[in-house]
Amino acid sequence: MTGRTLYDKLWDSHVVTEYGDGSALLYIDRQLLHEVTSPQAFEGLRLAGRKPWRVASNLAVTDHNVPTTDRSEPVTDPVSRVQIETLDRNCADFGVLEFGMRDPRQGIVHVVGPEQGTTLPGMTLVCGDSHTSTHGALGTLAFGVGTSEVEHVLATQTLVQKKARSMLIRVDGQLGRGVTAKDIILAIIGRIGTAGGTGYAIEYGGEAIRNLSMEGRMTICNMSIEAGARAGMVAVDDTTIDYVRGRPNAPTGTLWEQAEAQWRQLVSDPDAVFDREVVLHADEIEPQVSWGTSPEMVAPVNGRVPNPFEEEDPVKARSMGRALEYMGLEPGTALTEIPLDKIFIGSCTNARLEDLREAAAVVRGRRVAESIRQALVVPGSGLVKLQAEAEGLDRIFREAGFEWREPGCSMCLGMNPDRLEPGERCASTSNRNFEGRQGQGGRTHLASPAMVAAAAVHGHFVDIRD
Amino acid sequence: MEPFSEHTGLVAPLDRSNVDTDAIIPKQFLKSVKRTGFGPYLFDEWRYTDRGEPGMDCTHRPRNPDFVLNQERYEGATVLLTRDNFGCGSSREHAPWALKDYGFRAIVAPSFADIFYSNCFKNGLLPVVLDGGVVEQLFQEVEAEPGYRLTIDLPAQQVVTPRGERFLFEVDPFRKRMLLEGLDEIGVTLEEQSEAIQAYEQRRKQEAPWLFPEP
Ligand code: SF4
Repeated sequence: MTGRTLYDKLWDSHVVTEYGDGSALLYIDRQLLHEVTSPQAFEGLRLAGRKPWRVASNLAVTDHNVPTTDRSEPVTDPVSRVQIETLDRNCADFGVLEFGMRDPRQGIVHVVGPEQGTTLPGMTLVCGDSHTSTHGALGTLAFGVGTSEVEHVLATQTLVQKKARSMLIRVDGQLGRGVTAKDIILAIIGRIGTAGGTGYAIEYGGEAIRNLSMEGRMTICNMSIEAGARAGMVAVDDTTIDYVRGRPNAPTGTLWEQAEAQWRQLVSDPDAVFDREVVLHADEIEPQVSWGTSPEMVAPVNGRVPNPFEEEDPVKARSMGRALEYMGLEPGTALTEIPLDKIFIGSCTNARLEDLREAAAVVRGRRVAESIRQALVVPGSGLVKLQAEAEGLDRIFREAGFEWREPGCSMCLGMNPDRLEPGERCASTSNRNFEGRQGQGGRTHLASPAMVAAAAVHGHFVDIRD
Repeated sequence: MEPFSEHTGLVAPLDRSNVDTDAIIPKQFLKSVKRTGFGPYLFDEWRYTDRGEPGMDCTHRPRNPDFVLNQERYEGATVLLTRDNFGCGSSREHAPWALKDYGFRAIVAPSFADIFYSNCFKNGLLPVVLDGGVVEQLFQEVEAEPGYRLTIDLPAQQVVTPRGERFLFEVDPFRKRMLLEGLDEIGVTLEEQSEAIQAYEQRRKQEAPWLFPEP
């Protein structure tokens, strides 16, 4: 028998029933809920007179809609308020644990799960949100689901799933100075494209991935969905174990020892075969900046906006042309010459403590450029915010001219009042540069926290290695 | 769920690849706590020239004449023909809800994003994957022929053109059964699998007790 991949191991240990056509009923250990994709699922339960199968396996937070300004004020947008209150009521009615808007543990669902030890290695974990892939960094099989599936998990603790093909993305060697996890994942997406991972579960491996902290691995797994893959994961090692130990919901005592022994097995066997392998060399990866309206439209910061007329594939050339029109860019423009209007440091991709530290290190003692209309720092969770304040990061940002906000999704998707106005151009640490993503007509350039922080200071992107 | 067996309908061509869920239904409409009423806001930023807000009456909003669904010849379309990686981006089921609410019953493309693809099946909307070359041919036929209709035959897993050309497509047996019979998947799981789920939990509690903390 050939060896098994990490994905095989996680899959096999959760099969309840094989359906014989490549699909199976999978047991789901944890479900995370938020206010946007859960109301219709709870309503479905109610209409059918059903109860959650195992209510203690669920955890809910409000994150997408919440204002990032003073939390003691009521939510002013009446539609958002209804959605937030609906989650509160559903959780109260069904007995689901919720970190509400004023709970210090509240934050972006994908920051909160690992932080609390609610996400553990070896689990299956789902959430009605595509960036659930983030949790795969802990050696977890984690993927986003739609609302009907949220309801299915609530009611049955299972999901019917078809097994994906397996892909290994290996990043060999060591990263250069100033190059981060975000640059790795943007470079990967630039290479394989936004549909490159469709139908696959991705495992990230290689020296450069093993050298990353847990938070860096989360950044990488987070954007698996931008590469088309529903799930991304990293094998368990000392970094994983050290991260999980002592978290509020991590096991303790003899249970911990038993768990750790099992978690150590969560690596692909040496002779495991992947359906596809992609290899990148870390020393060739440069700081990345996106120029278009899809995360695959990226280039090294020293690059230029490409010319659609030089693209051979006609469908691609058309979408490039459309992207440049939307972004208001001319082919051949240097990425460092594009003037920016707004700065956003936040999101489940890059709003953890290390991200804030990296950004703060760049802005320390400097000022946000005059030409920048607004610069936001939105911590990923209440606990990230507290810790950052304990380290004095908030002061560094404030003194530089940033606004220091309350945790939530904020301008990553602009469901709350934080958003771009038509035509505004933003350097953002988030994950999607789709048309209208950060606000109708808004233009997004994705980059790492350090790159975005440097862009804030200069009013345009610069190569932070200089 | 509304069952799906065979459907014949007018085809609208959306000639773009990587159409994302933010384009299908922009985020401001995700604030609704209902499953219905999203149809008027489908492709909102492409369809209208003003800014759409939830609850808005769309009958008098200014339309973008260049957007394909605003062209008279595609009025009443129920089959959407599009390009690679349709439905990429978020997991929002509001995307299939909006497409269904607008009137679409099937979407034909060379590839779909995974989460969107499975969300469609839960809502009686059939995503059909055809070879890129075939999709290109269909694009040309639709544009050349006003009133062009396709038949989607789920039992036979075929797309049939007006000239009688037939193209096979794949669909998982489980999903096919759910769709054909319009079954409630949760009901089926509870009815057929409850004992298996309980047995799994018993076994798993022995192997990995930390996964079942007492509340
Ligand atoms: S931060 Fe952005 S990507 Fe992450 S969950 Fe919130 S809206 Fe989604």
